[in-house]
Amino acid sequence: MTNAVSTTRTRSTVPILLGAALLLASLAIAYLATSHIAKGPDDSPLKVLGRWIPFILEGFTLNILMSVLAMILATVSGIGLGFLQISNAVIIRQPARFVTRVFRNSPWLVILFAIMLMVPFEITLPHFGTVMIPGWVKATIGFTLPVMANIAELLRGAVASIPTGQWESAESLAFSRMQTMRHVILPQCIRRMLPGWMNWFALLTLMTPIAAILGVNEALGNTQAAMESAGSSPDLLIPFYLFLMSIFFIFIYPVSVWTKRLERRFAAT
Amino acid sequence: MTTEYTEAWAPDQPIIDIRGLHKSFGTFEVLKGIDLSVHQGEVICIIGPSGSGKSTLIRTINGLTPINKGQIFIEGQLITGPKFDRLALRRRVGMVFQQYNLFPHRTVLDNVMMAPRLVLKEPKAEVRDRARALLAKVRLADKENHYPGELSGGQQQRVAIARSLCMRPDMMLFDEVTAALDPETVKEVLTTIKDLASEGMTCVLVTHEMGFAREIADRVVFTDGGRIVESGPPAQIFGDPQDARTKQFLSQVL
Repeated sequence: MTNAVSTTRTRSTVPILLGAALLLASLAIAYLATSHIAKGPDDSPLKVLGRWIPFILEGFTLNILMSVLAMILATVSGIGLGFLQISNAVIIRQPARFVTRVFRNSPWLVILFAIMLMVPFEITLPHFGTVMIPGWVKATIGFTLPVMANIAELLRGAVASIPTGQWESAESLAFSRMQTMRHVILPQCIRRMLPGWMNWFALLTLMTPIAAILGVNEALGNTQAAMESAGSSPDLLIPFYLFLMSIFFIFIYPVSVWTKRLERRFAAT
Repeated sequence: MTTEYTEAWAPDQPIIDIRGLHKSFGTFEVLKGIDLSVHQGEVICIIGPSGSGKSTLIRTINGLTPINKGQIFIEGQLITGPKFDRLALRRRVGMVFQQYNLFPHRTVLDNVMMAPRLVLKEPKAEVRDRARALLAKVRLADKENHYPGELSGGQQQRVAIARSLCMRPDMMLFDEVTAALDPETVKEVLTTIKDLASEGMTCVLVTHEMGFAREIADRVVFTDGGRIVESGPPAQIFGDPQDARTKQFLSQVL
């Protein structure tokens, strides 16, 4: 019993400890790599980094915001699109499959550019007046589309993987198609979809820095802006980028560990 | 034959009445004109070689397999018309499958309670009492909080029977329900079906258990090549088969 408890605790703290260790190691490497060129205490790259950390973290909140929002939107719309894909009506099913294929097979950056150019800077609503659409909102929409298509595919695949016997027995018990879906098929799909869903969340989060190309002030954009403000010295590159990688790692590594654990648990039942 | 949507039906008339049933899958004709009527309380065992259309036949009775030609009446109602409400039919016809098909994400008790709760919208307490009584009847009262994956095949199949019975059907269809089971668990499932038959439930079984068919059937139907070759009381079919094909089949399986 005590063993089980301690094992669980060790398991959940391992990724965080590992992340922290990585962060420290990266800072140490950065320090060692650059200490010989440091001119004074105020100019050491780590000191510079220390001053800019709040600014970089501020950008990182936008990465988290974009990934979480895009994931919520992609999950809702992806499940909707997935259902349309398995509709009995060809007229619904075919367009849904087409939309899924388009967004699954387009480069994310191209989708992002398209959304940036197609969505206007501001829109005028009848009762609210003119509303500005910030870049990060457009980027969120741009990230939503490919993830939506992949979640739709995840749902379609999960539904198809449920044995036909489940449908037949539910039908024989006089369940309607909707009831069968809601109470028999979907609950079994959620378990099958969860690892894939978390994988897409991790991928999405790791893709959010490409929004920097479009001028969104997220972590990568802020890191580059910070280095520029600090004089674009080459010895800033390693500590700044290592720090940037570390914060993504610390945020996303626990997700991938949790995914692995869920996969194991589902494999066991 | 012009038949109205609903014929006046009295319990002394066939509860299942199949007339001139044809079914094809693509160009392959599985059922080539089946006529079969079953009366209330009767236990019918359908036997025959693999591929003779037994399973297809039983699946047409609750509308799981659509038919190409012919008519099926359940309690005097034509169920093969285009506008017929299949869900209403399935409330009255229970079905159990070879692969049990329990819902793996729900407990045994939930499996049994789901359909009456969702489909019949019956009160929870009432359904739970009935579900527990049925689980006791199939001798699985102690398993109500287990998940299907934790049970043996025979236990799962008995849960599937209880689940079907909880809808209080007028008749039960059994599609090779012991074919996937270990020999030692076959008996417990057959005992459950036998109890049910002795209580007067109308049962149609597709089975390979000849000894069982002989013991519980009121009538044995031998099918081959999509047709009913011979039917009659078990003593006649097993003891004195008339058709050459029946004789040949029985000599191979008995």
